[in-house]
Amino acid sequence: MTNKIYKVKAMTGGTAAAEFLRQAEPDVMAVYPITPQTPIVETFAKMKANGKVLTEIIQVESEHSAMSAAIGASAGGVRSVTATSSQGLALMHEMLYIASGLRLPVFMYVSARALSAPINIHGEHGDVMGSRDAGWIQIFSENAQEVYDNSFIAMKLSERVKIPAMVIMDGFHTSHTVERMNVQDDKTTKKFLGDYKPEKSLFDFKDPTSFGFLALQNSYFDFKIEQAEAFKEALAEYKKITSEFKITFGKSYDYFEKYKLEGAEYAIVIAGSASGTAKEAVDKLRSQGKKVGLLKIKLFRPFPYDNLAQALKSMKGIAVLDRAISLGAYPPIYSDVVNALRSADCGLPVSSYIYGLGGSDILQDEIENVFEDLIKWKFSKEIKYLK
Amino acid sequence: MNQELTKKLAPGHTTCAGCGIPVIVRTILGATKDPVIVSNATGCLEVTTTIYPYTAWKIPYIHSAFENAAATISGVEAAQKALLKKAKLKKSAKGGSAFGGKAKLVVFGGDGGTYDIGLQSLSGALERGHEFLYVCYDNGGYMNTGGQRSGGTPLGANTETEPAGLDSFGKSRNRKDLMEIVKSHGIKYLAQANVAYPNDLAMKAKKALETKGPSFLLVLQPCTNLWKFPTSRYVRLGRLATETNFWPLYEIEKGNYVINYVNKNPKKVEEFLKEQGRFKHLFEEKNKKVIKEIQKSVNGNWKKLVEMSGSK
Repeated sequence: MTNKIYKVKAMTGGTAAAEFLRQAEPDVMAVYPITPQTPIVETFAKMKANGKVLTEIIQVESEHSAMSAAIGASAGGVRSVTATSSQGLALMHEMLYIASGLRLPVFMYVSARALSAPINIHGEHGDVMGSRDAGWIQIFSENAQEVYDNSFIAMKLSERVKIPAMVIMDGFHTSHTVERMNVQDDKTTKKFLGDYKPEKSLFDFKDPTSFGFLALQNSYFDFKIEQAEAFKEALAEYKKITSEFKITFGKSYDYFEKYKLEGAEYAIVIAGSASGTAKEAVDKLRSQGKKVGLLKIKLFRPFPYDNLAQALKSMKGIAVLDRAISLGAYPPIYSDVVNALRSADCGLPVSSYIYGLGGSDILQDEIENVFEDLIKWKFSKEIKYLK
Repeated sequence: MNQELTKKLAPGHTTCAGCGIPVIVRTILGATKDPVIVSNATGCLEVTTTIYPYTAWKIPYIHSAFENAAATISGVEAAQKALLKKAKLKKSAKGGSAFGGKAKLVVFGGDGGTYDIGLQSLSGALERGHEFLYVCYDNGGYMNTGGQRSGGTPLGANTETEPAGLDSFGKSRNRKDLMEIVKSHGIKYLAQANVAYPNDLAMKAKKALETKGPSFLLVLQPCTNLWKFPTSRYVRLGRLATETNFWPLYEIEKGNYVINYVNKNPKKVEEFLKEQGRFKHLFEEKNKKVIKEIQKSVNGNWKKLVEMSGSK
């Protein structure tokens, strides 16, 4: 039965994340500050200080140790979480691969932010794009509500397929912006998440496990193939979990969001908080009779190639807007979209745009102009910058 | 092999002939009857005990990376607290416990993983006060990668990355005083030990494992391969390190220093150096001053230790 006992609250992406953590009440949280993630760990630390959660908090001395401690706790068979951003995510890069390689369902928020140098504390996706091959589930959120909702899906998926998961929000644009959102009641949320039952734990003294083997030429490859298979499973499980989410909370989520794609001839593909602005642009152009639509990336790893190609193949042309730069190459989402279309034997023209690096603004006009370029059939191989 | 000794770390690991690391592990883990969980930094012990699909560990074990064994055990300790809390909650609710006893948490790292790359995570874990024993087996260099210089390599040693040559006498600096660094975190028990004195090591392990909060052991581990001496001289060489006061045995218990082995007539440090290929070049005429410098530093350290312990 659909849960109707929710409360309407004003929250930022950061406090929405902390609210989810209060309800999930993980056993262990490793805490280290970095802008613009800090509101998450601060809000949660206050909850703990006021006796609202039993969670063991470890105030680590770096993000590298945050992920290491989260790994230790997860190997101990308990629910283990952390949160980071930018340089912090880069510092834990080594440990991201170890969390996924050990098949530990560590859960992490990333308040996505630009990477140094030059130093910049504002929102973009450069940090999380650097982690896209690290073997983590990655889900982008448009707003505080999605940060909250995606957390349920990500945590459950992560534990089911034994792949760590990061829920991504845009630094400042989402993490620090107050929005109206729905918070579900504690009982229903706890029931949805259930208890975490690990397959293996360090605290099993009768059947002790060694975590972290040395795998040589004869076995390392097999470990990686196993992880790749788990990602295939994750793609299927994501569908099941979003169905369970719909049954419990009455909301539908797919691999991505299709916004006015029906009957559209030209589409923009985009992820994160700028999707809201892009939707405004779509609405305006639609009201002028222009056949435009939008596809918003949610589940980024595993990437839903087939579904995405199906959703886009009837378009005449596409523009992909990336909030990240891949120096010396096309940007990440563009590359994945082109791959998706190519593997579906679809030769649609696709343009690449980069916007919003280091927190720079993107305006509705600029997105409208992208659509106008598509309509005027102005495609090029050159990456264009919206700035 | 003695079944009691190999209860936790089985034979069949692949350490080099004459390596004392398994002796250190078995002696320390043999000092408790409680369940034990081991966190291990990347290094000799790790690569020789966990070659997939085999493991020499008969107790729960985790290796995650090189620099983070102390951070990893912090997470394990937090998980243990969470589980104990839940068990207690369940116990009060249903009269039964889902989680059994409390485990001892022990970290093993080499000098590279402790003096150098793992120093920050060790410092963080000590400052936070997690209850765990950190053991640094100190073989004076990055031996797993073929004998490179670490912050624990002694003055004058010939290593692969600071080799002796026409313009070099090997390691140009003294090793860090890791005991003092660890001590300054205000932990209740730490001690310096030597694998060549297993009874002393066992006594220290017992005390460390009974300490509330963090404890630390720095254990000398002569490396036959890269100190370059015959395996048959293994125990002899370890003993020479202590008999020359190069490696004193001592404890710091609640800030009080206790020397566990006092030499009435300490041997000259040359006795220890001359047995090892890594110091061979120091006996050339041009490098003899370095031996004097090492002796001076050994004397100075010993004097300081005697003063700290308040003995004469």
